[in-house]
Amino acid sequence: MTISIDPQKTNNESLQPKGWLRYFSFSLDHKVIGIQYLVCGFLFYLIGGTLASAIRIELASPMSDFMPRDVYNQVLTLHGTIMIFLWIVPVVNGAFGNYLIPFYVGARDMAFPRLNAVAFWLIPPSGLMLVASYFVEGAAQAGWTAYPPLSITTPQSGQIIWILSVLLLGGSSIFGGINFIATIIKLRRPGLKLMQLPMYCWAMLGTSLLVVLSTPVLAGTLILLSFDIIANTGFFNPVLGGNVVVYQHLFWFYSHPAVYIMVLPAFGLVSEILPVHARKPLFGYTTMVFSIMGIVVLGLVVWAHHMFTSGTPPWMRLFFTIATAFIAVPTGIKFFNWVATLWGGKISINSAMLFSCGFIINFVFGGITGVALAQVPFDIHVHDTYFVVAHFHYIVYGGTVFIIFSSIYHWFPKVTGKMLNEKLGIFHFIITFIGFNLCFAPQHWLGLNGMPRRVAEYDPQFQFVNQISSLGALLMAISTIPFLINVFLSVRNGKKAGDNPWNALTPEWLTSSPPPVENWEGEAPLVEEPYGYGKKLSEQK
Amino acid sequence: MLNKNFYLILIISLVFAISFWIGFNVNLLPAEASINAPIYDELFKILFIIGLIIFIGMTIAVIYSLFKFRKRNDQIGDGIALEGNLSLEIVWTIIPSIIVLLIGLYSYNIYDRMGGMKELNHNHEMMSSNTEKIWAGISQTSDNEISINNLSIEVSAMQFAFLFNYPKGNFISGELHVPVDQKVSMKMESKDVIHAFWVPEFRIKQDIIPGQPTILNFTPTKVGKYPIICAELCGPYHGGMRASIIVEEESDYNEWFNKNKKQEVNL
Amino acid sequence: MTTLDSSKEIQKNNSEVNETHEDFRMFGLITFLIADGMTFAGFFAAYLTYKAVNPLPDGAIYELELPIPTLNTILLLVSSATFHKAGKALLKDKNSDSQKWLFFTAFLGIIFLTCQLFEYFHLPFGLTDNLFASTFYALTGFHGLHVTLGTLMILIIAWQSRINGGRLNSQNMFPLEAVELYWHFVDGIWVILFIILYLL
Repeated sequence: MTISIDPQKTNNESLQPKGWLRYFSFSLDHKVIGIQYLVCGFLFYLIGGTLASAIRIELASPMSDFMPRDVYNQVLTLHGTIMIFLWIVPVVNGAFGNYLIPFYVGARDMAFPRLNAVAFWLIPPSGLMLVASYFVEGAAQAGWTAYPPLSITTPQSGQIIWILSVLLLGGSSIFGGINFIATIIKLRRPGLKLMQLPMYCWAMLGTSLLVVLSTPVLAGTLILLSFDIIANTGFFNPVLGGNVVVYQHLFWFYSHPAVYIMVLPAFGLVSEILPVHARKPLFGYTTMVFSIMGIVVLGLVVWAHHMFTSGTPPWMRLFFTIATAFIAVPTGIKFFNWVATLWGGKISINSAMLFSCGFIINFVFGGITGVALAQVPFDIHVHDTYFVVAHFHYIVYGGTVFIIFSSIYHWFPKVTGKMLNEKLGIFHFIITFIGFNLCFAPQHWLGLNGMPRRVAEYDPQFQFVNQISSLGALLMAISTIPFLINVFLSVRNGKKAGDNPWNALTPEWLTSSPPPVENWEGEAPLVEEPYGYGKKLSEQK
Repeated sequence: MLNKNFYLILIISLVFAISFWIGFNVNLLPAEASINAPIYDELFKILFIIGLIIFIGMTIAVIYSLFKFRKRNDQIGDGIALEGNLSLEIVWTIIPSIIVLLIGLYSYNIYDRMGGMKELNHNHEMMSSNTEKIWAGISQTSDNEISINNLSIEVSAMQFAFLFNYPKGNFISGELHVPVDQKVSMKMESKDVIHAFWVPEFRIKQDIIPGQPTILNFTPTKVGKYPIICAELCGPYHGGMRASIIVEEESDYNEWFNKNKKQEVNL
Repeated sequence: MTTLDSSKEIQKNNSEVNETHEDFRMFGLITFLIADGMTFAGFFAAYLTYKAVNPLPDGAIYELELPIPTLNTILLLVSSATFHKAGKALLKDKNSDSQKWLFFTAFLGIIFLTCQLFEYFHLPFGLTDNLFASTFYALTGFHGLHVTLGTLMILIIAWQSRINGGRLNSQNMFPLEAVELYWHFVDGIWVILFIILYLL
């Protein structure tokens, strides 16, 4: 059965505001929505980063002296929630997914444009609501994990707003996931086979499967938690006969896959960026695809490694140790393949490339500490310490955020038609890389030696190392300044980029930059070899 | 070709040598004060060395590629059109699988030696409620050594303090005193939210959960005073929720025990 | 802004390219129902875990009467069949037949909800009495919410399938097919719920 493509959509197009104003409208254009996701996410990144700076200022001295203790807990809760649900997940999925996936499958838009716009417009209100909850009666203060009974006993309004906000963001994420699955599977240009798709499509397919399978469980869990808070039920309240550990199982059933929802798209993006700047085909396409699917399957059955010191019996601890450790295998394959992609290339050393290589180095480090943390006896000592904080910042900041920056340097010419300044970009990379490692590497030692996470005060013997860490955080905060300057200058009067400044072969570069409203002037090109470097281009020349 | 292989082997051996040197000479861990600690440190050392080899190796590979294969100004065109190498990909699927499997088995062995795989629901002689279900923890008690000599302590945690009940002496202390080289069995339960009992020098941690009693057994080996740290976010004063464990010679311990016990009897 | 203007031209030139494509709204709906099913799966997992590890306090009532839920099961199964009939009738352009079947399905849905409410009012335990009671109300309530939404949607499409001026006909079956799939899904969930909650 066939239907006509949304007639209303094309009619609306002429009514849509043009120029900058369209980014503030209910636009159905996937490119506009992608940019909306990115800019909205970046604004929340600045808020979350400010909160992180506040945490590092507090921790520069062993005493709790910078802010009241309950405010400190609110700050760390908001920092975690904002960075995960409003920055990383929307940006690596929503922003780049919306912008790139229709190009990659040779379509003119996403499968469900209106659902797509709805998914985006759920984000700003729920984000603002979350931030505003601080000014009502205090924001949630039970951490981003919101473990009961703490989340039941802390002030209710903040926690309820937190739940509502996360539910809306989860809904947005599910709508996005449905849209990506339908677009990748159903909306492919005729003649384009699945195994010819750029790797980011596979990453987004895997991610969206995880979103669809696990986010609803979080939604259900939070609904039960809100019943406990509002209606005085006892699902997770031990006083009323409930079981607090059930919450942890349900929560981590979503929140461990959430880690892959945050890093799999980054794996996809780096697989697009490296071949272009190394002028080499992506090494081992097929194994890359299988390792993504391997991560998806394994990612669903490893959640309890977040609960090794909680109410888990020995057999459960053992099972989840083995399952978790095996995720290292598909992940390792991807890293070896990326290094093999670099090997023997003609690598342009530019900001996008440097951020991608920084990602590989940081993520390998985070992955190694991850395998260590998967081992029960190892985790018993460092669970809930700064070692874990360091580990996951290596994954989500050193990994995903580095790739977000790399992607911005890579696709900026596509979106704006202008080049970013390379010198400022490399400067941005250097201070981000130094600042990041200075901030988080010492935290491994802190955790091993007895500093728990989420504390406002600590043993004075840790002060020096904490100050080094705070210094690194300061560098990270400063590092956004050259980036912002770069973006503003380049949007106004950057060097003209031309349609394909990187001589890339992936489909999004085979149209003009910036692209026309319906993506292609004429029929979408059939790109059978998105990574055919060394073959196609040399033939052309 | 010979030259190339020679350098490769040289670099690999250097990476191994450096990793082993760092692994054996850089100590990142606090003092070892229980029989668990040396076992833990053994695992840590192995994981640290393997991790260093992989990390240094990958970093060198990335940085070397960036230098060696960077695009010179006079160069045009692409790199070699190499799309994959099946045997190489199989190699780096199988070798990590084996490493991961071995690490898994090894850490099972370590956890078993730490007593983590022992059955949890023993009838501890000194425990006040024999029938109560134990939900989690490290038991460390094998069947043949359910010793009467065990020091049994009941730990209750609340916002924001630990209380240690010595059933034998019928008193409660805010400080945990234990004799050196003697097994301590603790049954722990929380009165409000989730807390955790962590002694970094002992390398043990267990959440203290409301409604779900957990156990933690350990044997201190070194006299001294160590911090007990709450490791699970439990409210505004979470960072200040600490207590001390004082490991002392048996005579000192008995003196302290009898002093407290007497007070209780007098009341 | 040249791109915006030129694209208008291109759209006209390539009207044959973007005019039609496969209808994948059903595919999207199935994906959504999988997601929705995972919410129920989470609830079921929680319920079964509670049953396995959390003993109820002495004297807690956790026995349920079977007649009403059995009647409800039959009602929902029959309603699935009547909905199917409605679809078949619409396919043959028998709009009034289709409408009758749809109203009958909605009627069964309303009876289901009435029975459910009747059961709620006659149960010996309330929402906060114990863990079993809370889980029972959460599960049946969440399902009841789905039935309510489904019934409303059936009434809407029944109105839409009227002969004159309605939007539904054998050429535009999607709304009916979508609601039908949703209704079968809600039925399926009820059967699982009935087995887990009442029979086990």
